[in-house]
Amino acid sequence: MSEAPIIRMEQIRKVYETGRVRVEALKGIDLEVNRGEFLSVVGPSGSGKSTLMNLLGCLDTPSGGGYFLAGEAVSGLSRDALADVRNRRVGFVFQSFNLLPQISAVENVALPLLFGGVSPRERRRRAEELLDRVGLGDRREHRPTELSGGQMQRVAIARALAMEPDIVLADEPTGNLDTSSGGDIMGLFGELWRQGRTLVVITHDMALARRTGRIVEMRDGQIVSDAAVAA
Amino acid sequence: MKTSSLPVVVHLFLQTARLKKKRAVLTVASIAWGTVAVLLLLAFGQGFREQLLRNERGMGRNISIVWAGQTSKPFSGMPPGRRISFAETDARYARERMGDIATVIGEIEKGRVPLVYGRKTVNGGVVGVEPPYRVWRNQVPETEGRFIDAADERDGRRVIFLGDKVAAQVFGREAPLGKTMLVAGTPFLVIGVLRHRIQDNSYMRPDEHQTFIPLSTFQAMFGHQNLDNLVVGVEDATQMALAVDRLRHVLGRRHGFDPADDRALSVWNTVDDNQESEAIMLGIQMFLGVVGALTLIVGGVGVANIMYAVVKERTREIGVKMALGARPRWITGPFVLEASLYTFLGGAVGIMIALVLVTLIALIPLESSEVMGYLGHPRISVPIGIVTTFILGAIGLLAGYFPARRAASIDPAETLRYE
Repeated sequence: MSEAPIIRMEQIRKVYETGRVRVEALKGIDLEVNRGEFLSVVGPSGSGKSTLMNLLGCLDTPSGGGYFLAGEAVSGLSRDALADVRNRRVGFVFQSFNLLPQISAVENVALPLLFGGVSPRERRRRAEELLDRVGLGDRREHRPTELSGGQMQRVAIARALAMEPDIVLADEPTGNLDTSSGGDIMGLFGELWRQGRTLVVITHDMALARRTGRIVEMRDGQIVSDAAVAA
Repeated sequence: MKTSSLPVVVHLFLQTARLKKKRAVLTVASIAWGTVAVLLLLAFGQGFREQLLRNERGMGRNISIVWAGQTSKPFSGMPPGRRISFAETDARYARERMGDIATVIGEIEKGRVPLVYGRKTVNGGVVGVEPPYRVWRNQVPETEGRFIDAADERDGRRVIFLGDKVAAQVFGREAPLGKTMLVAGTPFLVIGVLRHRIQDNSYMRPDEHQTFIPLSTFQAMFGHQNLDNLVVGVEDATQMALAVDRLRHVLGRRHGFDPADDRALSVWNTVDDNQESEAIMLGIQMFLGVVGALTLIVGGVGVANIMYAVVKERTREIGVKMALGARPRWITGPFVLEASLYTFLGGAVGIMIALVLVTLIALIPLESSEVMGYLGHPRISVPIGIVTTFILGAIGLLAGYFPARRAASIDPAETLRYE
């Protein structure tokens, strides 16, 4: 663990200006995440955790400060380059799954591979393999509407892993699931962690947060505590 | 790694575009409607233009009519204001001296001559002309007859060629060809009747109301008189100005006037007229094209509208694709493709409908009514096809581009955050 951190944020600020209202969502965040860490970000709603997640995933650009993803400065990249960063370095898992409803599970998983320039045959092979890994080998051709919430989230996780990203970002991944499916999903994350992946989960559920390796607590756009979870 | 965009765009389009049937049908119909409007307006414009030109050339093409006038400049010691008149030999004189670039034909008219067949008498115009008049003044006989020829002129034969209206007045339902009729009391053999044509221009009367006899016969009958006018014909329209100038020199020497004196001869150059009508018709056609294009643009606005709705519906999907690493043009591409598809289909349907309509209208004979004689048959030409395709293509791309640009400007963070 002596290599450079996978994520390094220095004095990141984010200000939203809508008309006359000026909201300072992040007020100078310093954060480092090392390869192989399983981190949870907790805090009440409005504390800035979703904004942080968008910045981490390069879905949004900071108003100030420096962000280095795998050692590379993200600010100043072109729109195409940002798209490529999202494609190769980041895997997203959303609270509401965000699968495309009109295409099958395996096609959903293959979508990032399409954007990554992977050949059709290879896309198919890897997507099927990923679905096997999340335990949905028998649901490949199902449409999202034909799957349960837990199954949909597992398809979404398979999709997030498709391009072998440096980091998996999950925003309230169990928020729309019942306790049992939510537990399954957290179990799957734990398994990915043990395989050496870097994960950042945003949640307001402390019980879930305690199953990760490190908890970052936010309040009013600032980090108020950052501590490893006792094993 | 460089990723080629087109296969990605096509793949995304085929995989995720949800074409809604009713919406697609309506959109395609609006484009088809606009296409039909453009094509028909342009085709009617084209047909009208060609018909107008044909009618204008009813009198003959590449000709000038020349009358003798009055001098306005002194020449060789003679004062201005002298009347010029054409001698009966002027046409031949000029023809011999400028035959290399133009044909010059003499013409004399006598009005209100009694034309008699059986009990029927009509007072009509008789024109004495030389044989090349047939070609230059577009005297096409009905299939069975002929116009005055060189032998008629040489021998001073008493033969007569009738305008179709005069023929109908004198002969009624009877066939005039081969019959003998009286012209100012002298028997003439009818050798031909003018095939009906629309003639927009005329000096004297329209040809359908005239009768024609050889110039030599005319002069033998009515006494030797001056020619009323000359007809100058050139093979190549661009040579007309040169030919008229030569005529002024040739006749100026004979009659003693300054070739630069443009009052000495008065010239009606139909080539200039044709060019002017061509320009006017081109203007009319462009106007029709613009009207049609506006209709088509309304269809295009419809497509754009639909595409805005599609983009709005799929905002969330766009956000997801962006999060997964789609580049902006992979987001916009499928929308442009969808709009182009609607436009292409609409254009194809419209072109087919327009072709069918034009073909059907072409079945109506031009002679069936006066209106058709002026309107002509609508015609879809290659330039019309190119113009329409160009407009369609531009509309398809624009109707897709603006909504797609909105799609690409969507902030993924915004769309993904909320349900």
